[in-house]
Amino acid sequence: MTGIVNYGAGNIHSVFTAVKTCGEEPFVIEKAADLKKAAIVILPGVGAFADGMKSLTESGIIEPLITGIKEGKPFLGICLGLQLLFSHSEEGSCGGFGLIKGGVKKFSFADRAFRIPHMGWNRVKISSPGETLFKNIPDCEYFYFAHSYYPAPENRRVIIGETFYGNEFVSAVRRENIAGVQFHPEKSGDSGILFLKNFLEGKWLR
Amino acid sequence: MAAIRVIPCLDVKEGRVVKGVHFENLIEAGDPVEHAAFYSGERADELVFLDISATIEGRKTMVDVVKKVSEVVFIPLTVGGGITSLQDIEKLLKAGADKISINTSAVKTPGLIKEGAEKFGSQCIVVAIDGKQSASGWEVCIESGKTPTGIEVKEWAKKVEGLGAGEILLTSIDMDGTQKGYDIQMTRTVADNVRVPVIASGGAGTLEHMSTIVKEGKASAVLLASLLHFRKYTIAEIKNYFREHGLEVR
Repeated sequence: MTGIVNYGAGNIHSVFTAVKTCGEEPFVIEKAADLKKAAIVILPGVGAFADGMKSLTESGIIEPLITGIKEGKPFLGICLGLQLLFSHSEEGSCGGFGLIKGGVKKFSFADRAFRIPHMGWNRVKISSPGETLFKNIPDCEYFYFAHSYYPAPENRRVIIGETFYGNEFVSAVRRENIAGVQFHPEKSGDSGILFLKNFLEGKWLR
Repeated sequence: MAAIRVIPCLDVKEGRVVKGVHFENLIEAGDPVEHAAFYSGERADELVFLDISATIEGRKTMVDVVKKVSEVVFIPLTVGGGITSLQDIEKLLKAGADKISINTSAVKTPGLIKEGAEKFGSQCIVVAIDGKQSASGWEVCIESGKTPTGIEVKEWAKKVEGLGAGEILLTSIDMDGTQKGYDIQMTRTVADNVRVPVIASGGAGTLEHMSTIVKEGKASAVLLASLLHFRKYTIAEIKNYFREHGLEVR
């Protein structure tokens, strides 16, 4: 079963129904014990980095979650769920999961045409041709974004998607059984549902 | 660059869409799910539901509306109207709304913007500002535009951004319903004074009005109601026009 982690404020309902639309039976992970039932884990999330870490720590989910991911459980982080994979963030002083080396940075542009938050639909350029997570999705397809921070991985090999907003930033990553997207597949219409289907099908796992 | 967004706005009263799409036989009158699915199919970039219920019971039905809509429509959903507390915000977000929009209550209790942004993130707090031309510029009006506040639109926009609003939905009371074009000056003034995206509303009558408010008014999105509902333009027509005039659309 696909478990969706609930850690306070966040639109898990949409992720839940999107996974259902993909033909899967999702359930909500509220506490550490629920993780065992999950063959696949999705960490959605909007809001602040430090708050996210805090509520995951307080609920006791964080340690078994990281252990599960390290043991090879397929994992998808969405928006804040992606950012938490990284070592650290400019948003708050606490560290993240440290599963992907690098930091999370804040957008800063001199040109006012680039509004912050980056809010709306933007293109995702597929950085690794043939990436199974983007199967049947055209290159430079539009996905929905709503964020002021973006991930900056140290190792470029984890990058599978990039987006231009003021500068190129990393909008999708993959490392072994870990996938993460800065956009919201659950809010990106048909392309978003396709992406989730690809993730859930598991063919991207080596 | 993010694509310029075209956002249909639907008025919902006691759980039913009023002033919705005027298309015979296609849509069951007043069903919010059908309306949402219709516009999503037309490639609307987002949807706004404005709750104009007169009763508390009517308001409660909005949560169910949001739940049902978010089960079939996978584009961002904003809900506005009658939201006065963190609990209201939480209920709607939990039901599947991505953003909530506050107007009168933002003026009456600006703390709601700050607390909402801190708890749920700036990206889900939209502050709607209704502006009316005044001697010195534009004045913020509340309670459906009926009550002037004496607050300057530009200053208020800067303030709500500072409090954590992630977006400003700016409506010109003077132009709303006239189809004579947006208030370009007001929109531009706000857009030049904040960093968050500005959604323009009120006054669109032609495709040129819409591209002008983006190009000259520096709006990131256009909010449309009757022009779409009465089928004067389809979303595809608007986007084609934008594309032909050098604006990026999805």
